[in-house]
Amino acid sequence: MEKILKEQPNIKDWGIDADPENDPTYPMKPNRTDEEQNGYTWERPALQKPTVEILKSTERPNLTAVFGTTLPPKGLSGMIRRNAYKKSEGQFSHWLPLLIADRVDVIEGIIDDLSKGKIPNIYAEIGFKAMWKYNRKAAIARIAAHVAVASAIGLVLFRGRIFNDEKLIKKALKNI
Amino acid sequence: MLAMNYRGPGRVRAEEKPMPEILHPEDCIVKVLRSCICGSDLHLYNGNVPDTRVGTTFGHEFVGEVVELGSEVHKLKLGDKVLVPFNIACGKCSFCRQGLYGNCHESNPEATAVGGIFGYSHTAGGYDGGQAEYVRVPYANFGPTIIPEGMDLDDAVLLTDVVPTGYQAAEMGGIQPGDTVVIFGAGPIGIMAAKCSWLFGAGRVIVIDQNEFRLEFVKNYAKCESYNFKSIEDPVQFIKQTTDWLGADVCIDAVGAEAAGSAMQTITGRKTLLQAGSATALFWAINSVKKGGIVSIVGVYGPTGNLVPIGNVLNKGITIRANQASVKRLLPKLIDHVQKGTIKPKELITHRMPLRNVSDAYRIFSDKLDNCIKPILIPPTAKE
Ligand SMILES: [Zn+2]
Ligand SMILES: [Zn+2]
Repeated sequence: MEKILKEQPNIKDWGIDADPENDPTYPMKPNRTDEEQNGYTWERPALQKPTVEILKSTERPNLTAVFGTTLPPKGLSGMIRRNAYKKSEGQFSHWLPLLIADRVDVIEGIIDDLSKGKIPNIYAEIGFKAMWKYNRKAAIARIAAHVAVASAIGLVLFRGRIFNDEKLIKKALKNI
Repeated sequence: MLAMNYRGPGRVRAEEKPMPEILHPEDCIVKVLRSCICGSDLHLYNGNVPDTRVGTTFGHEFVGEVVELGSEVHKLKLGDKVLVPFNIACGKCSFCRQGLYGNCHESNPEATAVGGIFGYSHTAGGYDGGQAEYVRVPYANFGPTIIPEGMDLDDAVLLTDVVPTGYQAAEMGGIQPGDTVVIFGAGPIGIMAAKCSWLFGAGRVIVIDQNEFRLEFVKNYAKCESYNFKSIEDPVQFIKQTTDWLGADVCIDAVGAEAAGSAMQTITGRKTLLQAGSATALFWAINSVKKGGIVSIVGVYGPTGNLVPIGNVLNKGITIRANQASVKRLLPKLIDHVQKGTIKPKELITHRMPLRNVSDAYRIFSDKLDNCIKPILIPPTAKE
């Protein structure tokens, strides 16, 4: 310690919290109380009443004393989530379906917006204004990507329309 | 009330939402005066955290004023200005009684690995967060801490996560006087970890990142060395070389799942989600630390799994210590450090934006535009 202190860096408050006891070269647990050795026995806080569907990890016997009640599972994403919660946290079959449900939820979110008469302003949502101001190159690349996707969708719909629209087909056949 | 609203990867907006309600006798409602966007919010923003439901309000770093109290809240009164630790902790379960407030067993029914966190998906309890005008705060007798007279709200808001997490990163490193500490990541947490490493007596502090403005910032703020891994061919080789070819005593991963620097990790971790985020920083930390050294992880990863050189952990006899910061445990000491000027958190805040502009704020922070280090959001009901 003496030797090291001689070459102490010139930093304000250097070493004020140095703790030679905190040397975890071997794993250690400071302030060991062994509280957890008593198992699931603590005096529980008052229990919040579930007013909506709360999904629960299989790795515990009950709901926690408090929980969030935002956004209960619903729709197709909700069905996927309910199934995912039947598997323990140690399994990929718990987490991967949840990620898939998240993506389904995004589509359901857009449908939900539209059903409320709200067309989501995706450019505003991705912070395009900031991108345009501070990173013009990325903003232009983003537009190009959107145009490409939109044209591909347009093409599919347009072709679909030709082959599904009887009048158009008849008209086309007449002209042959 | 106005609140941030998640719509899908890379898409967020500010939108009207119903006011939060008291749902438990120990709840309170806090009117938010400041809230931050955190690096770990970017994992949610990018859609990498399972069970992030569309419509969620993010935000686990906020301060505000108590405007409503549950029937069993005795430690707060209306009008109190509080800083709210990001962990939701009961203070009674066996984990809380050991000071492991990030691991409370009575706040998150959806997962046992982590306690409840405000605005951090249903994997962390399904609570709405503080990037809103009002927020429900459970366990109000335990978590919220009254902001000391005279403390700037900008300092206070960084005591909810950034300062304790950076401090605990250094603390878990078990830094001994004279130790060389390498920190991966010069975001707010990495910057704070560098600053705090000196408080534990580090002999040398080195920060590795790829953003020049952040490297310059940390060099000045924490008075440490900083290097850009893009101009170093191999960061591990570089660290070995600069530490007498033995490696650093302590390495800190202050990046987590959004790490850049390895194409393989980026593709498997961030683009295809085959692993729970890109583990580049942790990979480097394990390989750069000295044999018998300590790796401290505060960067956040998803719950599935990551590609890390665990064989080297064994062969080098490395100790890994990691946790979500136990904010409430550290607050007394850290409030003191802030009041004495040892730590000056608010210098990290580079952007102040109205909550209404939350989409642009996320884009600026996520893409590191306009030399952004830490943005804070001001709700319309909070007067500056
Ligand atoms: Zn945070
Ligand atoms: Zn607890």
